[in-house]
Amino acid sequence: MQTTTRPLLSMSGISKSFPGVNALTGVDFRLFPGEVHALMGENGAGKSTLIKVLTGVYKPEKGEIVLGDTEIRPESPQHAQNLGISTVYQEVNLCPNLTVAENILIGREPKHHGAIDWKEMKSRAETLMFEKLNVDLDATRLLSSFSIAIQQMVAIARALYGSSRILILDEPTSSLDETEVEQLFGVIQLLKQEGLGILFVTHFLDQTYRISDRITVLRNGELVGEFPTATLPKLELISKMIGKEYVELESMPRTGSLSDTKDRRVPYLQIEKYGRKGYLAPFDLSLHDHEVIGLAGLLGSGRTEMAKMIFGIERPESGQCSIDGKKMRIGSPKEAIDAGIGFCPEDRKAEGIIEELTVRENIILALQAQNGVFRFLSPKKQSRIADEYIRLLNISTPSADQPVRNLSGGNQQKVILARWLVMNPKVLILDEPTRGIDVGAKAEIQKLILKLCDEGLAILFVSSELDEVLRVSNRVAVLRDRVKIRELTGTDMNEQVILQAIAHGDENARQ
Amino acid sequence: MQGNSTGRLRRISASKMFWPFVVLGLILLFNLIFTKGFFNLDIRDGHLFGTTIDILNRSSQIMIIAIGLTLVIATHGIDISVGSVVAISAAMAALLIGGKLVLRGDVQEYVTLVPMPVAILAAVGVAGLAGGWNGLLVSRLKIQPIVATLILMVAGRGVAQLITNGQIITIYYKPFFFLGNGFLFGLPFTVYIVAVVLAFTLFMTRRTALGLYIESIGVNPTASRYSGIKPERIIFWVYVFGSICAGIAGLIVASNVKSADGNNAGDLFELDAILAVVLGGTSLNGGKFYLGGSVIGALIIQSLTTTIYAQGVPPEITLVVKALVVFAVTMLQSESFRKMVFGRFVPVASATPQKESV
Amino acid sequence: MKMALRLNRKFLPLTVTILLFLIMYGAGSMLYTGFFSLQVFLYLLIDNAFLGITAIGMTFVIISGGIDLSVGSVMALTTMISAALLEKSHMSPALVIPIALLSGSTLGFLMGSMIHFFKAQPFIVTLGGMFLARGLCYVISIDSISIKNTTYEAISQARIHLPTGQFISVNVLIFLLVIAAAIYLAHYTRFGRTIYAIGGNEQSAVLMGLPVGRTKILIYTMSGFFSSLAGIVMTFYMLSGYGLHAKGMEMDAIFAAVVGGTLLTGGVGYVVGTVFGTLIYGTIQSIITFQGTLSSWWTRIVIGLLIFVFILLQSIFSSREKKLGSSAPGSGGRKMVRRVLASAQIIAPEKE
Repeated sequence: MQTTTRPLLSMSGISKSFPGVNALTGVDFRLFPGEVHALMGENGAGKSTLIKVLTGVYKPEKGEIVLGDTEIRPESPQHAQNLGISTVYQEVNLCPNLTVAENILIGREPKHHGAIDWKEMKSRAETLMFEKLNVDLDATRLLSSFSIAIQQMVAIARALYGSSRILILDEPTSSLDETEVEQLFGVIQLLKQEGLGILFVTHFLDQTYRISDRITVLRNGELVGEFPTATLPKLELISKMIGKEYVELESMPRTGSLSDTKDRRVPYLQIEKYGRKGYLAPFDLSLHDHEVIGLAGLLGSGRTEMAKMIFGIERPESGQCSIDGKKMRIGSPKEAIDAGIGFCPEDRKAEGIIEELTVRENIILALQAQNGVFRFLSPKKQSRIADEYIRLLNISTPSADQPVRNLSGGNQQKVILARWLVMNPKVLILDEPTRGIDVGAKAEIQKLILKLCDEGLAILFVSSELDEVLRVSNRVAVLRDRVKIRELTGTDMNEQVILQAIAHGDENARQ
Repeated sequence: MQGNSTGRLRRISASKMFWPFVVLGLILLFNLIFTKGFFNLDIRDGHLFGTTIDILNRSSQIMIIAIGLTLVIATHGIDISVGSVVAISAAMAALLIGGKLVLRGDVQEYVTLVPMPVAILAAVGVAGLAGGWNGLLVSRLKIQPIVATLILMVAGRGVAQLITNGQIITIYYKPFFFLGNGFLFGLPFTVYIVAVVLAFTLFMTRRTALGLYIESIGVNPTASRYSGIKPERIIFWVYVFGSICAGIAGLIVASNVKSADGNNAGDLFELDAILAVVLGGTSLNGGKFYLGGSVIGALIIQSLTTTIYAQGVPPEITLVVKALVVFAVTMLQSESFRKMVFGRFVPVASATPQKESV
Repeated sequence: MKMALRLNRKFLPLTVTILLFLIMYGAGSMLYTGFFSLQVFLYLLIDNAFLGITAIGMTFVIISGGIDLSVGSVMALTTMISAALLEKSHMSPALVIPIALLSGSTLGFLMGSMIHFFKAQPFIVTLGGMFLARGLCYVISIDSISIKNTTYEAISQARIHLPTGQFISVNVLIFLLVIAAAIYLAHYTRFGRTIYAIGGNEQSAVLMGLPVGRTKILIYTMSGFFSSLAGIVMTFYMLSGYGLHAKGMEMDAIFAAVVGGTLLTGGVGYVVGTVFGTLIYGTIQSIITFQGTLSSWWTRIVIGLLIFVFILLQSIFSSREKKLGSSAPGSGGRKMVRRVLASAQIIAPEKE
């Protein structure tokens, strides 16, 4: 297998630090031709930094990189590309206003007497997409007219066009649904056969086991080890990635089916036939106090849409909702907040935190908005409240006056949570609250959710990790393609049933 | 954060208001050394008289506009129509006041066509309407601020000309001149106008939640909306306020020049005002804003102009100097430049490193 | 059928612009006798050649996501430098013209460098450039300098006759050349496509390995060059150098670009569109001149209103595009991919 051939790429002793942070310390990494090598580690482990060193964005203080037979020092992404190292990022880094053909070929356009040969460009692009990636499209269409999955394929095509020897895929499946992941993996297999070395970064453990040949684990900027995938059990991988904290996670009790008796009670939030054409099929949902409802489903199934509709961000065309027995229409976030609902959005950066404002300001923002313009919370009062919740939620920050953008992902999530807890909400909607957070903080947040539920909150919990959903919820609603297909309780609440429901959604109609 | 003196020095220098003060200080220092009589103050006709007073007086127009513009810019917006709004407001005031020659007893006197308070309200009101137009375009129609305000900037002078019917209307009514030329307790009246506007704005933004809302919206309007703020409403009123400030400045202009010229009134004011705001530390990207900084920024601009005159340098150089100031500010505010020049010592507000997404 | 519609959508803004021009010109023709003549149309080109040239330069800057507020001042500076060199230093036009072109290009180069290396905002930097150019104008001379140079006079008065009898000026020829060059640049050179890429997503352009820094500096240098060229054309037209020339022309250039379909957010724009934008500007002025009684300040109001209408249209169309969900994850692409995979019998064919 690969061990008999020489490595295509060999990074040894790479060290890189920033003011106050040692991002990488003496890290080694090898990549053989024709293999998929997964780079794993929690947030803060150093994965992204290692890749940026390889692609020339950062220059390491120590260590060397050998590509083939020669030592290389990539100076910039362009230089790395010229050396044969191509990268496809999670946010497809292409230009949406250009055509597919241009996105693939810009920088090395075919020319005819000095001018760009558009016809040739179209034909080359389409050939490449079809032959290498099995995608048949019109390359003169704008990139923005295609789905993210196709855009990613175009990004890969661009990488391939430059006769790359190494392809780095950085979290490529985050925005893809199951079929699209399949397709991507098919393409990866094709590329393996051509002898490319593929560096695959993902946090989806299952995908790692499906596609990779070897795994390198980083933790806190250091190399933990390099292992053939086949000989590394999942549990061991996780423990190498997170060390001790995993024990905490496993030891948390599964709440499962506590809710049977509670169904008799009147729900605090009752949604009847909320729906909007093309956005969400009409659905019913009821939330009781002391209860966590999980929303399960694949990407694009409508979970975030459901959350946003309940919170008033998106208006329903039909249906109504009742809060505490009273019928009402919630048409804006403000109205939802007044009704006692809080919302932690999925996209923390774009929709959650106000980056330049301080931790303190972020925490009291919703409370202040509810107070109104003139009932201003004095800085002293603000600090008091902020300090209280920093303590309560164990938010790690030098002071409450830090701009919130300086905090890590997990702590930023806690700040957003604090913002809502300050309001004493009755309902809390959490959309992917543990995404992109290291396991230690993940466990904290899950424990917090259970605690809040105990204290009386009704919680709507959205997550793509079924594991998590099952661990924390009393009931699970399953969505598929913008339709709520099932609601599960008790013994039905397990991965099997949920996955089956997602796969064969129509069965519900027959029941 | 260290508690010793270097820590404190770093904190002060990290404050965004530090640099404007330093620049102003440098200019004043220069004048102290090279301009004779710069700081002289005489008392004539019962009021203070001197170059410094002059600077205060002349900078009032830009100061007031800059105060309003600071809030607009803080919402990640911009208003390039303020110069035209100045012209409109001046035209309105001139039209309504003008001056009719009337015989009172044996004396010929000029009376205003419309009671002065009404005229003032009308002028400022029209300015407010202009701001409302801009506000609607930006907040409801979601048009980009530079584009939205471009419309009024272009059409506004036409509107001003419409009001004056293409003429330059002269104002003869004496009491109106007090606005721009009068003195109260020794200081120019304009200083008081600035003080009132500044005090009002400071109060509204720092003693109510308005300042927090504006900063929040400027950084992230979506997250602000999800927190229960109504960004559209605030953005609308911010543009109205900005134009009202321009309207007030227009009154001062009309009073100063004793006339209203739809074509030239307020010329290039928007650029000076934006420059003042930027000099004062507020970022064009929105977010944290510094009203005091903008006022100092306006002072810097006016002091520069006056220094140039005082040195006997041809006034055309003013534009060149302004250009150099723009470039200097740009470079100083640029992180890349600071790294190049200052290397280790980088007085940036956030001294702690951002958490790298690793 | 679907193909035709898709093509239309891309060119819709351009179609609107051309339609608008035709409507305005038609309106003028109906209202005023003599309006509907080839010569009057050609006068549009003659009188607005310098606006057109600088608007084209501005278009490139805006496509890249930036803006250049210095164009009017650079034009004026060019006229001033030309006049001073011709009349005071008695240099020959063969020397003066290259020097004049160099002046704007150099300023553009400096501004572009500042914008790139210091990551400064184009608005502010070109604002400084505007002050600088205008200021330098006045430093050379406060009053206007008339140009008596015979070559310039000859060029100014030259009439190139078309076979049908009408005439155009040298400026129009220069304008037409610029249009051709600009279209070639925008659609057939890597440099041009890089400009569009930067405007679409600058970060991506960097990661795609495009020479973003170099291109950005070149864009502003080019804009400066076009402004200087426009300034030279203006010098032929006005036969004087004056600090007050081209006052506010940057706004007119922006008008021409915006009405021509260039998005101020960047990434989208056509040279042809800007040309029509210039023609529309000229038509408005012509109509008002023909009207006779309306003062020129009505032009400002009409132009302002037009910008408004266009911006409104732009935002309506862009929000409609979003609603049609063409870029929703998994929608169009997914169906297509399924079809492909189904045809390869990798998955079972879906029943529509």
